[in-house]
Amino acid sequence: MLAKRIIPCLDVKEGRNVRGVRFSADKDAGDPVELAARYDREGADELVFYDITASSDGRAIVMDLVREVSEKVFIPLTVGGGIRTFDDMRQILKGGADKVSVNSAAVTNPDIIRQGAESFGSQCIVGAVDVLRRPVADGEDPAWEVYINGGRKATGLDAVEWVRELVDRGAGELVLNSIDADGTKDGYDLALNHTVAAVVDVPIVASGGCGSAEHVYQVLTEGMASAALAASIFHYEEYSIPQVKRYLKDRGVPVREYEHDGGEWRST
Amino acid sequence: MIAVIDYGMGNLRSVEKAFQFLGFDAAIIDRPEQGEGATHLVLPGDAAFGDAMRNLVEEGWVDLILRAVEQGKPFLGICMGLQLMFDESEEGGKHRGLGMLPGKIVKFPVAERVPQIGWNQIAIKRSIEILDGIPEGSYFYFVHSYYVDADDEHRAATTEYGLEYTSIAARDNAFGVQFHPEKSQQIGLRLLRNFAHLS
Repeated sequence: MLAKRIIPCLDVKEGRNVRGVRFSADKDAGDPVELAARYDREGADELVFYDITASSDGRAIVMDLVREVSEKVFIPLTVGGGIRTFDDMRQILKGGADKVSVNSAAVTNPDIIRQGAESFGSQCIVGAVDVLRRPVADGEDPAWEVYINGGRKATGLDAVEWVRELVDRGAGELVLNSIDADGTKDGYDLALNHTVAAVVDVPIVASGGCGSAEHVYQVLTEGMASAALAASIFHYEEYSIPQVKRYLKDRGVPVREYEHDGGEWRST
Repeated sequence: MIAVIDYGMGNLRSVEKAFQFLGFDAAIIDRPEQGEGATHLVLPGDAAFGDAMRNLVEEGWVDLILRAVEQGKPFLGICMGLQLMFDESEEGGKHRGLGMLPGKIVKFPVAERVPQIGWNQIAIKRSIEILDGIPEGSYFYFVHSYYVDADDEHRAATTEYGLEYTSIAARDNAFGVQFHPEKSQQIGLRLLRNFAHLS
């Protein structure tokens, strides 16, 4: 049976991992290479590297990290942050990332997702969407607006319409990041994940708001997400990945339990 | 030397790196002549079937691959590389494959999320050398929208995703895996090591 995925996210700024609270990077959470190695040993199902400086210097640093990590860590690696052009995308995939996560550029450069999917396949093009809840009257269904530029700029786009568009253009997976929930540790936006999962067929990765194993459980069941992305609960060792997976397994959620045996499977 | 075939399709470097990490001599080759002296051939790939097959034909890889398999040289198709081993695919119209194995490539039923992305288990149907030391029910990392509809004779392992499909195909010294062993942590490395030890 396909397992639900647990994906630690490393927000990288100037070569350090930092934690974000409502989209402002504030606190140093350690060396990303060491963190990546720890997550690999703990059985992370994938890793995401997010360049929060979103500049060409920032990307060069992230790509150096990805190359270093990919020498020893054999799980899928995704890179996001500051991708503006098709060429950026190509460099990231050639540089050793398995997937590239595109956010603002999908809005400002309408062809980038389609070009990427046609050239590299949908499986490596992740559509990332930052959304903020719209005020709605009591009793109305919730609604979300798409934001770009690290959550600073409103686009007027409705999130549900936008994710359909991203999938039509060729995104093979979606990351839904709730700006409202980001860094709060109050839990993922379950209605957001559930609503989007009902309108598209591609897998949904939930992001923003994770503060406990219970939150992960909620978004993978009620929220209908295929994977849960989390940062600070793992970085600061509030939870280990095996702890979260055990919690999920005990409640009937299929997960891949992993025991690193310490060996490296070398041939000699 | 383990030759990883570069025909312009996908992340090959991770396959090469995995073999090198295990201590084997592996290299990416981008011209068929470079494959003549190889002890093992690996055909990776992520892109659409039609484009992948066209590149194999236009760049002249087909003869090298079919001859190597005929001679019993160990061959491993990964993901699209597995699918290309079969007769035909219905991905984006009908396309002919390498025809090393009977069967065709069809789309997953709509009841499941497509593409299938993530870690899924294998059920072992036949004990083959590349599965040496790999337990029943092991998880591997999968990413695909189409699957192989193969006959039982060439099914070495199956996986469930809405239906039971072939996740490892085998015939003599030619193997195909639908998942990415180079992205499947220690269990994936174990499979690659088993393959590299074949002669």
